[in-house]
Formats: sequence, C-alpha cells, structure tokens
Amino acid sequence: MIHTHILVCGGTGCRASQAKEVQEELVSLIRDKHLSQTVQVTTTGCFGFCEKGPIVKIIPDQTFYTQVTPEDARDIIEEHIIKGRKVERLLYEDPKTKKRISDSVHMNFYKKQLRIALRNCGIVDPENIDEYIARDGYQALGRVLSIYSPDEVIDIIKKSGLRGRGGAGFPTGKKWEITSQVEATQKYVVCNADEGDPGAFMDRSILEGDPHAVIEAMAICGYCIGANKGLIYIRAEYPLAIGRLLVAIEQARKYGLLGRGILGNDFEFDIELKYGAGAFVCGEETALINSMEGRRGEPVIKPPFPAEKGYFDCPTNVNNVETFANICPIVLKGAEWFSSIGTEKSKGTKVFALAGKINNVGLIEVPMGTTLREVIFDIGGGIKGGKKFKSVQTGGPSGGCLTESSLDMPIDYETLLEEGSMMGSGGMIVMDEDDCMVAISKFYLEFTLDESCGKCAPCRIGNKRLWEILNKMTKGEATEKDLEKLIDLSHTIKDTSLCGLGQTSPNPILSTFKNFKHEYLGHVRDKQCEAGQCKDLLHYTIDAKMCVGCTACLRNCPVGAISGEKKKPHLIHQDICIKCGICYEKCKFNAILHQS
Amino acid sequence: MTKVKNLEELVKLRNKLKDKIQVRTITEGSDLIARVRVAMGTCGIASGAKETFEALIAEAERLNMKVLITTTGCMGACYAEPTVEVTLPNQDPIVFGEVDRKRAVEIINEYIIKGKLIDGVVPQNHQSI
Repeated sequence: MIHTHILVCGGTGCRASQAKEVQEELVSLIRDKHLSQTVQVTTTGCFGFCEKGPIVKIIPDQTFYTQVTPEDARDIIEEHIIKGRKVERLLYEDPKTKKRISDSVHMNFYKKQLRIALRNCGIVDPENIDEYIARDGYQALGRVLSIYSPDEVIDIIKKSGLRGRGGAGFPTGKKWEITSQVEATQKYVVCNADEGDPGAFMDRSILEGDPHAVIEAMAICGYCIGANKGLIYIRAEYPLAIGRLLVAIEQARKYGLLGRGILGNDFEFDIELKYGAGAFVCGEETALINSMEGRRGEPVIKPPFPAEKGYFDCPTNVNNVETFANICPIVLKGAEWFSSIGTEKSKGTKVFALAGKINNVGLIEVPMGTTLREVIFDIGGGIKGGKKFKSVQTGGPSGGCLTESSLDMPIDYETLLEEGSMMGSGGMIVMDEDDCMVAISKFYLEFTLDESCGKCAPCRIGNKRLWEILNKMTKGEATEKDLEKLIDLSHTIKDTSLCGLGQTSPNPILSTFKNFKHEYLGHVRDKQCEAGQCKDLLHYTIDAKMCVGCTACLRNCPVGAISGEKKKPHLIHQDICIKCGICYEKCKFNAILHQS
Repeated sequence: MTKVKNLEELVKLRNKLKDKIQVRTITEGSDLIARVRVAMGTCGIASGAKETFEALIAEAERLNMKVLITTTGCMGACYAEPTVEVTLPNQDPIVFGEVDRKRAVEIINEYIIKGKLIDGVVPQNHQSI
C-alpha cells in the first residue's frame, strides 16, 4: 500500500525550471531503491508559488520543498523518504523571520486565502439543507431571534466594519440602521444578484454553491429592519443559481426556517425571486427597483434613497449577494473577529474572479489589504506563457487599469480609488504585453454603449462619440485634436451623467490614458500599435533572408495574397492582404514580420 | 421534514447532522470507504462535470463500493474544471483536476481502491472558516 506521496508541480513556471527532470529523477531513484510499492510520485497543477519553483510536496507530512533541482532528488529520497529526516536546505525560508518552515500548514502562503463568503462553496451539497445545517447553518438566525434585539444585531454589523461588496463600499450596518429607523407598515429586503461586470462570477458561485447563506442573512436583515418579505433580483441567465435558490427556499420553508413563527418566535419572513433580463444598469439599486416593479430598468435621481422610498415606495434595504454571505459568520463569531481581518477602513475579505492572461483562472477570497502582486503572482500563478505583465483591470466597465507600479499596494476600497480604479464587484482581468490598451478601452466602451439605458444625454450620446474617437484611433485615422476631445468629453460625461453607469463609463479611458499615454500617442501620432493588436495599423511582410520558400504561408492564405516559387522567398501583396495573421502563425521560420 | 421549533432543537439537529454528514467517512467502523464531491457550478457543468458525476456513480455501482458521491458548488479552480474532491478515511481531502469519464474511473480504481494518486492533483492553498 502506498503510504507516501511525492507531489511534483506540473505548472508552467515549475516546468520551465526543470520540474520534469526532478520528477524523472525521483521516479528512477524510487525504482532503484525498490520503494515503488510504498512511495508514489504524482504531477500536480500549479501550487501558485511559481517564483520558488520547482515545488515538491510530500504527503502526509505536508513537507514543502522549494527550488528543487534534479540533483536534490537523491537527498529527498535517501534522507527524507528512507531515513525520515527532512532536507533542511530545501525547506521554504520565511522571508521575514529567516526561519525554515517544515510544513505547508505553517507557511504564510497558505494563509493568504481566507474563505468567509465562500466558506461552504465546494464543501456542502447546495441542494441539501442538512449539509448546511451541519456546518452551523441557521444558527446565526436562531441566535439573533432568541438572544438579540434588532438594534443589537445592527450594532454588531456596524462594529464589524462590513461594507457593501457590490462595489461602492457603503457601510452595511449603517444602511440597515437607516432602513430600520424609517416608520412604515411594509418594508423589504432585496438581494442584488444582478451580477453583470464582464469577467465577474463570484455572486453566481455563491448562489450556486451556498444558497442558504444568502437566505439566512436576508432573514436576519428582515428581523433587523422590520421587514417580513425578501426579494432576490437575479438575472435570468443564471438558471442553475435560480434552480438551487428555489430548492433551498422550499427546504427552508419545510424546516420552518422561512415562513411564519420562525424557530418559535413571533417573526415572519419569506423570500421570492424576481428575474432580471440581464441589463447591466439594473445593478444600480434604483434601476433595479424600477425593474422589479415591472417598469423600465432606468435609474432615478437619489435622494430619496431606497431606504426611505424603495420597492413600491416602501423602505427597502438593498444588499449584494457577497455582502449577505458575510453576515452569518459575523453574527456567530462576533464583530471583533471580523474587524481584526483586513485594513483600517476595509474589513474582512473580498472574493475576486481572476481572469484573462493568468495561469490559475479562478475564484479566490483574500483578506482586504492583500497586494495585487500576491493575488496575481502567488495565488494566480503569474502570467500565461511566461509573458510580461502589463496591466490588471479591476472594477469592470466602471473601473480602471492598474499597472506594475500599483502591484504592491494593498487592495482596499480607498487605495483602489486613489489609484484611479475601484473595487467593483471583484472581477480582475489580467493583461499581458500583447494587449493594446486603446483596444481594451474600446472594448469596455462597447459594453457601456450596449448597456446604457438611454435616459440621460451624456451617457447615451457622449459614450457613442467616445467610441467613435477610439475607433478612429484603432484605425489610424485620429488626430491629436481627437485625443484632446476624447479626454475633455470623458470628464464631461463623468460630471454630468445621471447614474453610476454614466458617471464611471469613461474610467477605462481615463485610467489607461493616465498610465499608458504613450500608447494613445503612438496610435495618433505615429499610427502605431505597439502591442500589435490593432489590425488596421499592422503590415505583414516577409523577411526574404529568413524565408526558405516552404510555401506554408501561400497555401494557408485565405485570400491568395501571397505569391512566390518553391524554395524562393515569397511576397505578400499588401493590396490583397486582409491582415488575418494566419501566415504569421503558420510560418515555422520566423520569416513573417508584423509591424506597425 | 418536520419544522424546527426553536433554537435548542436546531442545535440538536445540527449536532445530529454533523455526525451523520461530516464524521461518517472518518469514523472507525463506518462502512463508507470514501467521500467524493463533484464541483458542479455552471462552470463545472459546462466543462463536463455531469458526465464525470455519472461516471463516478456508474463505476462505484459496478464495483459495488460504498462511496458517498455528492454534488457541490464551485471549488474555485476554474482552470482545472471539472474538479473532484476525494476524502479517504483519516486522510486529508485530495482534489483532482480535469476529471473526465476516463479519469473518474481511474480515481476510483487507483486512488480509492489502491491509495495511488493520479496525475493532475489540484493543490489547495486556502483556509476556510
């Protein structure tokens, strides 16, 4: 029977630094020492610790070896596996204390990710309420109803420092307090599950993986503000999340955890779903409420805030999915526990969806104050294909692009704003050297154009003009005057739009212009795209010295723009070329040049 | 399902379920030989987790094994979907990535029966409350 497993990292980073050779060496040593019956070597995915690769981990004792070379394999087998002595020099050295750490359990790296909102995702069966209850589910609601007064709970949430996870970061306890203080016969709790940022999927994952966490928190909120009705506004494109929520609500009702007289108390609360059609602006709370009432999803001027006049003019408390997912642990573990995590003004953790040119695309949850570098390079495993990091986009279409210089700043609401971006709902799109920032701005603006509700002129007309200017730039037709107009108009739209969507829509332009001004100038002055993304600015040519005349490009060109004889240099006819790039991909001799 | 009448009953129910759901794979004398969780968020299902789930059940049935196989939400490792977590008695859970039908059968025959890992383990580097 196998009793020891040796895990060798098979991630790109470790592979590049001889992980494969290390593994081969380990396997051959095990064979030589006749250990094959008890020791097994296995390849794993990326550990996310690439700068210290290759990584070798031993289980069950959790030893974590870093920067292992093929020569080190002998020591691992002879010392550790056979004699049971850990190889001290290969153990990870803590950069601060300079101490060698014997196992991964004690490494800080393993404490970088802390799951509070995602605590049950990937652990419980979302369609079985028993599994949720087994993991302390509904205990928070039970305690709130039998021990605390509404004001006491609001006080706990206020003291915890929890802020809205939808992006703007309004203090949650404060919001509950305001709604609780308004006198009315009917109030509502609304869960905003209208997740719409490109590349963000944390709310969906929470609802799909742990629907009861949101249901329980909404009931707690209902008790605090004096509402007996909860509504979840969820986009119809999330059928699985909807299905699981419906199952969860039904199960909660059967246990008497929703409905009348919850847990023997004089408290009634029930939840209903409202489906959105996927309009981005409906994530804005006033537009969301309009949409729920069956009207056009258009925002209205605040005040009055929904806390005073919301759903059908009743006081309404709107919170995001992730915000609700944090409530129950705060009630059970206390405000002090929660406020001990994070930075001075931003408490707790934040879930991020890592996407783009990053190795470990996925969902992560880190304490506030973690740096972007830790998120991208340690947890995310760095940039795909060993390319150079260029920028990371946070905050979706309302956010901005951050550069290398922002990588070491701690992530929280304030610092992201200072750097010209924002927290947003938590999408993080990583870009490498091949991404053109002008084209990226254009992409986000296209999204805003599609999603603008059209109510106010700056957003409806202004964004269209911005897009036209960007489009001219990517085609090499823009002048410096256009560039001036672009920036000027961006500020005007920011200042004069009605709601958050318009006020933030020029952010991608402004932040990329601030950080990558030379790229904008390159497109305008020199008609050049340094990333080689803007097709209209590119020319494909053949380097006659490198070309061996293999005819691969000629045979693959879809428009017959390439001519030439076998074994002689070929030629691309610029008037026919559509710049599709196929010849560039097919050429095995690096003879195709693409340049601005 | 009967209604839970008060907090005391809820605490009792939790304690009962805790034993039933969490500890039963690790307690001595339990007849279960493994607990398997398949990450089935939209992302997992889109990458074929349903087929993986079916293949695991079919293979466990074919071998007449006492394995508890359940669905769960997203484990967060989108780059390695479909992901499957296997917990053997008295051992830490292991997550396998990119588990298609073939690998599902392999997990049962190699890891659950013989205790041998198969390539493509997804390292877990987070703590949960």
